[in-house]
Amino acid sequence: MQKLLLLGDEAIAQGAIDAGISGVYAYPGTPSTEITEYIQASKEAKEFGIKSMWSSNEKTAMETAIGMSYAGKKSLVCMKHVGLNVAADAFVNSAITGANGGLVVLAADDPSMHSSQNEQDSRFYGKFSFVPILEPSNQQEAYDMTRYAFELSERFSIPVLLRITTRLAHSRAGVTRLKSTTQNELKLPSNPQQFILLPAIARKQYKNLLSKQEGLEEDAFTSGNNVYTDGSDKSLGVIACGLAHNYLVENFEDGEVPYPVLKVNQYPVPKKMVQKLYDSVDKVLVLEDGYPIIEELLRGYLNIDKKVKGRLDGSIPRDGELNPNIVAKALGMKIAEGFASADSVAGRPPQLCEGCGHWDSFGALNEALQPYSGGRVLADIGCYTLSALPPLQAINSCVDMGASITMAIGAAEAGLIPAVAAIGDSTFTHSGMTGLLDAVNRKSPITVLLNDNSTTGMTGGQDSAAFGKVEDICRGVGVEEAHIRIIKPLRRLHEENVKVISEELEYDGLSVIITRRECVQTLARRMKLKHLDKKKANAKV
Amino acid sequence: MKKDIILAGVGGQGILTIATIIGTAALSEGLELKQAEVHGMSQRGGDVQSHLRLSSKNIASDLIPEGKADIVISVEPMESLRYVNMLHQEKGWLVTSMNPFNNISNYPELEDVLKDIWKLPHYVTIDAEKVAKEQGSVKAANIVVLGAATPYLDIKFESLEDAIRTVFARKGEDMVKLNLKALRAGRDLAEKSS
Ligand SMILES: Cc1ncc(C[n+]2csc(CCOP(=O)(O)OP(=O)(O)O)c2C)c(N)n1
Ligand code: SF4
Repeated sequence: MQKLLLLGDEAIAQGAIDAGISGVYAYPGTPSTEITEYIQASKEAKEFGIKSMWSSNEKTAMETAIGMSYAGKKSLVCMKHVGLNVAADAFVNSAITGANGGLVVLAADDPSMHSSQNEQDSRFYGKFSFVPILEPSNQQEAYDMTRYAFELSERFSIPVLLRITTRLAHSRAGVTRLKSTTQNELKLPSNPQQFILLPAIARKQYKNLLSKQEGLEEDAFTSGNNVYTDGSDKSLGVIACGLAHNYLVENFEDGEVPYPVLKVNQYPVPKKMVQKLYDSVDKVLVLEDGYPIIEELLRGYLNIDKKVKGRLDGSIPRDGELNPNIVAKALGMKIAEGFASADSVAGRPPQLCEGCGHWDSFGALNEALQPYSGGRVLADIGCYTLSALPPLQAINSCVDMGASITMAIGAAEAGLIPAVAAIGDSTFTHSGMTGLLDAVNRKSPITVLLNDNSTTGMTGGQDSAAFGKVEDICRGVGVEEAHIRIIKPLRRLHEENVKVISEELEYDGLSVIITRRECVQTLARRMKLKHLDKKKANAKV
Repeated sequence: MKKDIILAGVGGQGILTIATIIGTAALSEGLELKQAEVHGMSQRGGDVQSHLRLSSKNIASDLIPEGKADIVISVEPMESLRYVNMLHQEKGWLVTSMNPFNNISNYPELEDVLKDIWKLPHYVTIDAEKVAKEQGSVKAANIVVLGAATPYLDIKFESLEDAIRTVFARKGEDMVKLNLKALRAGRDLAEKSS
C-alpha cells in the first residue's frame, strides 16, 4: 500500500479507524485535537458510522467510552495531558472494572509547555491505575501501536493508555496502513457484575486487576515493542523511552549506537530487560521525554550505587522537552553550534486576533473596573487568557478550566467585592456550570463575564457544546433573569457596554453578563464553507 | 542526499504551504521526510516555525539539531534571525523576504535586522512582496521566497513545479499559474543576486 504522509495524531486516528472502533470521544486540547478532527473528516469513518461528536469535557468523554466498552464495542478517548486530570476519576476506576470492548485512552503530553499550563507526565497515571502504557516513537509506530493497544485491551480486558507528546503529535512522516479489522457486535460483559463497583465487588475486581500485572509485563517482553540492542562499549547503557530513542540515534552516523540500548515503548517495562542492561554496563543513562519516572525507579530514593544518570543528576535538564543536542551533551559528545543569536530579534508572543470580540469585552471590563482597586478578575482558559498580556492586562488568574467562577466565589468570601469571573462559552459547559450553581446556592455577589463567541476558539474553532444554550443554562441553575445581561462586544457599543458592566459590578448579588459575538476566525471559516457549498450547488444545476 | 530545512514566519504567512510543496516534491523523488510543525497557541500572530528534514536514508529525529540546518527559509526578516542558532556555520544558507510583519510594539529598525542578516556568510534577501505583486498578487510572496531557496534545496526544479500544480490544483488554474510564475521569479532573482 502507498505511504500516507500523516501527523502523529493522524496516524493514531487512522490506526483507530483501521482497528475497528465504533466511537471516538474527546474534548479538544492541543496537541490531541487533530486525532478527533481527522476521524470527523474521514469518509471511511462516516461510512462505518463511527461516532465522533465532541464531548462536553474529558470526563464525559471517558465515561461515554466506558459505556461503549461495556456494550462490547471498541472506543478511543482523546485528550491533552491536563484533560486526564479531569477524567481521572473515571479513568482510574475503569481499570478496576476492566474493559469489555477494547478501550484505549490517548493522552497527549506537552513537555516544554508549548501550549499548556504544566508539563505533567501521563505515564504516572498509567502506573497509578495499573494500566499498561504504549508510547510510540514515530508516526508508523503510532499507527501500529494504536492497533496493538486495542488488541491488548481486549486480550487482558483492561483499558490501555496511549501516551504521546507534542513533537510526535504535530510531526509528519510516511505511514503504511495495514488491513482493517471490523467493528465488534453489541455484546454485554459475560460477568454481569463487572461494572458494578460496590465495595464487595470492587475488592474482587481490584485483586483481578493486580493479578493481570505479571501477564502485562510478560507481554511487554514478548510483544516486540521493547527492544534490547547490544553494543560493544559497555561503559554506558542507555534506556530510551518513546521519542527519546530518536534523539539518541540521531547522534550517531547511520544510527549505529556503540552502547547497549533498551528502547522502551511498552509499560510496565519488563524487569528482566532492565536487569540485563544494568548488569552489563558501568553506568546507565535514562532518556525520558517527560518526568524521570524510570530513572527514579532505577536509582532508588537513596541512589546507593550512583550508577544512574538522567534528569535527577543534572546530566539532562530537570524540565523541558528533549532534543538531539541535550542527549549529545549527556553522552559527553561535542555538539555543533550555529550562529550567536542576533541583537535585533524581539519576542513575538501570540495575541488576540485583530477584530476579535475579546478586545472589546475586556476593554469595556477594564474601564468599568476603573473605580476599584486592581486584582479582581479571576479568569479561565481560552483565547481570552491572552488578555493578560499588554496592552489589555485585564485578568489576574488562569489556573485550570472552570476555575474562574469558583475562584471568584472564594475571593468574594474572603472579602474581595466586587470580584469578577471571566470565562468562555466552551469552558463554561466544560466545567463552569457547576461552579455557577455553587454561586447561586451561596448567594455569591460575583459578576460573571461569559464570553460567548460560539466556538472553542483556542484550539482552532471546534463546535461548542454551549451553542445556543448559554442563557437557558444560567436561568436553569437559578441566576435571576434581571441579572442575566447580554451585550455585543463591539467598539462602537463601548460606552453602553461599560455601563452594563458597571451596573452589575455595583449589584450586591450574582450576575452574568454574556458578551456575544462570533469568533472572527470561525466566522471566516463558516463563510468560506458556505461559499464552497454554493459553488458546488451551482455546479450541479 | 540530506537536507535539513527550517521554515519560519508569523502565523498565517503560509509557511506550511511551503512545507507541503517541498514535501510533495521530495516524496516524488523518493526521499524520506519528517516535518515537525507548530500548532495551537503560537498561531495567534506569534512566531511559527517548522523543521523539515529530507533524506535518502532513514531520518531519526523530528527535530533538527542545533547548528546543523542547511537552510533557513523565512517569510519575514526578523523571524529568519530567530533561528540562526540552528544554522550550520559553514554551509548554512539563510533565505528570507525583506518585508517586515510588524504586529509588536518593539519591532526593531528594519535596517538593523538586515544588517544582522548581511553579517552571515550565505544569505539571500529579497523583496518578495514586490516580486509577487509583479507576478500578479502579493499572496504569492511565500512562493517567491521558496523560489529563491530552490538553488540550495537539491530538489529538481521540475519536481517543485509539479508539486505546485498538485498543491494548488484545488484552488483553480489561475492560482497554479500565479504560483508557478512566483516560483520562477524567486529563483531568477536568487541566481542573479548570488
Ligand atoms: C482540561 C483541559 N482541557 C482542554 C484544554 C485546552 N483548551 C484550552 S482553552 C480551551 C477552550 C476555550 O474555549 P472557550 O472557553 O470557548 O474560549 P475561546 O478560546 O473560544 O475564547 C481548550 C479546549 C485545557 N487547557 N484544559
Ligand atoms: S481565534 Fe477567535 S476567539 Fe481566538 S483570538 Fe482569534 S478571533 Fe478571538
